Amino acid sequence: MYSTLLVRYGEISLKGNNRSYFEDKLLANMRRVLGDLAALRMHKTYGRVFVDLKGIDAEVVAERLKKVFGIVSMSPAVSTPLDLEAIKKAALEVLMESPGTTFKVQAQRPNKRFPLTSPELNQVLGAYLLTHTPNQRVDVHHPDRVVHVEIRDEGAYVYSRIIPGPGGLPVGVTGRALLLISGGIDSPVAGFLGMKRGLELTGLHFYSFPFTSERSKEKVIDLCRVLAGYGGSIRLVIAPFTEIQKAIRRNCPEEFYVTIMRRMMFRIARAVAEREGALALLTGESLGQVASQTLHSMAVINRVVELPVLRPLVAWDKSEIIDLARSIGTYDISIRPYEDCCTLFVPKHPATKPRLERVEAAESKLAVSELLKDCLENLEILTLYPDDLS
Amino acid sequence: MPSFIYLDNSATTPVLPEIAATVHKMLTENFGNPSSLHGLGIAAERVLTGARRQVAALINAQPDEIYFTSGGTEANNWAIWGVSRTRRRQGKHIITTAVEHSSLLAACQRLEREGYEVTYLPVDSRGVIRLDDLEAALREDTILVSIMSVNNETGAIEPVAEAARIVHSKSRALFHVDHIQGYGKVALDCRTMGIDLMSLSAHKIHGPKGVGALYIKRGVPLEPLLVGGNQEAGRRAGTENTAGIAAFGLAADLASANMEARVATMRRIKTELAARLLQAIPEARINGPLAEEGAPHILNVSFPGVRAEVLVHMLEEKGIFVSTGSACHSRKQEASHVLKALNLEPWRLEGAIRISLGALNTLDEVEPVVAAVKECVMELWSLTK
Repeated sequence: MYSTLLVRYGEISLKGNNRSYFEDKLLANMRRVLGDLAALRMHKTYGRVFVDLKGIDAEVVAERLKKVFGIVSMSPAVSTPLDLEAIKKAALEVLMESPGTTFKVQAQRPNKRFPLTSPELNQVLGAYLLTHTPNQRVDVHHPDRVVHVEIRDEGAYVYSRIIPGPGGLPVGVTGRALLLISGGIDSPVAGFLGMKRGLELTGLHFYSFPFTSERSKEKVIDLCRVLAGYGGSIRLVIAPFTEIQKAIRRNCPEEFYVTIMRRMMFRIARAVAEREGALALLTGESLGQVASQTLHSMAVINRVVELPVLRPLVAWDKSEIIDLARSIGTYDISIRPYEDCCTLFVPKHPATKPRLERVEAAESKLAVSELLKDCLENLEILTLYPDDLS
Repeated sequence: MPSFIYLDNSATTPVLPEIAATVHKMLTENFGNPSSLHGLGIAAERVLTGARRQVAALINAQPDEIYFTSGGTEANNWAIWGVSRTRRRQGKHIITTAVEHSSLLAACQRLEREGYEVTYLPVDSRGVIRLDDLEAALREDTILVSIMSVNNETGAIEPVAEAARIVHSKSRALFHVDHIQGYGKVALDCRTMGIDLMSLSAHKIHGPKGVGALYIKRGVPLEPLLVGGNQEAGRRAGTENTAGIAAFGLAADLASANMEARVATMRRIKTELAARLLQAIPEARINGPLAEEGAPHILNVSFPGVRAEVLVHMLEEKGIFVSTGSACHSRKQEASHVLKALNLEPWRLEGAIRISLGALNTLDEVEPVVAAVKECVMELWSLTK
């Protein structure tokens, strides 16, 4: 029965001069997830996108659009010509579609040439609905449902349900970031939050075969596929890290393994970010979670990059991170048993307050630039698409 | 000669070329449904009859005592579940061992949730049960004793013939043997040993995956696991996997024809490997029975200061495929229940790899394998100081 899906995007409409850029991104992202539903047509007006359903079930379309950042909410709507009788019939249909015993009509009239004003429409439609339904009452304060009627230039739209969207900004509008993704629970969630603020992602994974299994790489690939569902394709850079870990193990004092390992990761990330055109690093670090995530460690690790390091989970508790991981569909992949970080190299007593001078002194035993060069010459780059879209 | 050395034959074996050819031929030419009335169906049925004879011969069973299944797991599940249903009025007690394959243990655990009682016999430091324990565990209401012939992780050989004798002289219980790892390597005689049920699988003897069998002694009633057709004398419904079954038959035939030579070669490789590994790395320890005892094809060995998983991957880089001693499929990387049952020190659980041989391995492979293991272990030691 619904002919249109009305899509609202709140925050973008505040973006002044960049608005049309944001809107175009949003539309492009919507088209991407709706790709195979070829019959759909979309057009935008201020703060709204109208998706012409052409007979496709509104629920199917809304379900897909729930993964498109920037969308605040959606309403399946019946569109009618600017004809009062047609609007009445549509209002009745919409009212009967959703359960409840009380309602109110709320008309809006961007098209001021329509002969009835909004309050007049509310009255006329309310009266019509009351006489054509058994056991329905009007309740203007706490109605079970609201029948919305929008009178626009091209026609009227009647709807009642409001389906929440994911919010945020369309992926791509705020630039590209490099997500350091480990296969654990945190980093995919950080990636998701980055995308929610409009970031486009390139993933960077450090791979330590034979110390970690090939299945740990598969895990990261699967996680990127899930993230790609929220923002189209994702490039994944896999950096060979075994030799670097061995060199650290052989040359550096145990307490600094993790700090120096992270510094090497950040150096590689800096170079990869430059190649990928990423303006920031994005990590799943959460303050105080493990030794490398104390403020002291972060400060020492951060010294090797000038890029902003975005840590959306910095103030999150593990349980909160797990909850979000579950709801975005990464948790079950993250908890597969294959390790992603070499426990062989995790010291018993890592420094939680490493001092920069001491770390730098320890690091001077490493052939940093050669190790980086070798790693960067052997990157593996994949492009990953969501599983459910071909 | 392949560019890699495959030593994970207890997980699965490569299909021999002539067996693969049989599969191809069955799928493309002799593809009839044995239940069909026409000539193609009859030709397929004839193949099943032949395979039944071949599979039976290796364990001295009658062909009509062989019931084809989808593999060893189904055979184990069927034996446990089937006996529990058929004999539920007689009792609800089952005896098995702590070191059985998970397909058998899981079936027992399911029955426990349904109110059955299961006794898990412990094993000694070499992984072998004590017959006294078995005798003490037998009760009036014991309906089934299930003991594997060869342990898939340690290669320990369980005394199934003696166990069967005790079971039959002291109780009314049925005796089941999971012979999946022993089939074609350790001879068992169903007719003389008092075995009522026996699980078999094709892919451990160079046949394809997805086909196995349950030997059910004549006259032993057993509730079917799969219903919905009259195949396998009405005891196991489902269109027969004729290609797999034909291949299983051929694999059994080849194993039986060469059994002595095959077993002798595997035993030589195994004892040589064990000796050379201990010589190269004196700190290493063999888990389970001594190399000269136990099954001819399974060697489980631990290295101190080594995580088995890492060693497996390092060997893989060198083209050598082995498995971790604790090849468990659970979500958490827990040590194997088998090695735990041997009461080993933690390092031996963590650092255990399983080397398992098949008919295609040769003595030439010992040298490169020992060299590679030594190199990898030394490198790991150098990294962990």
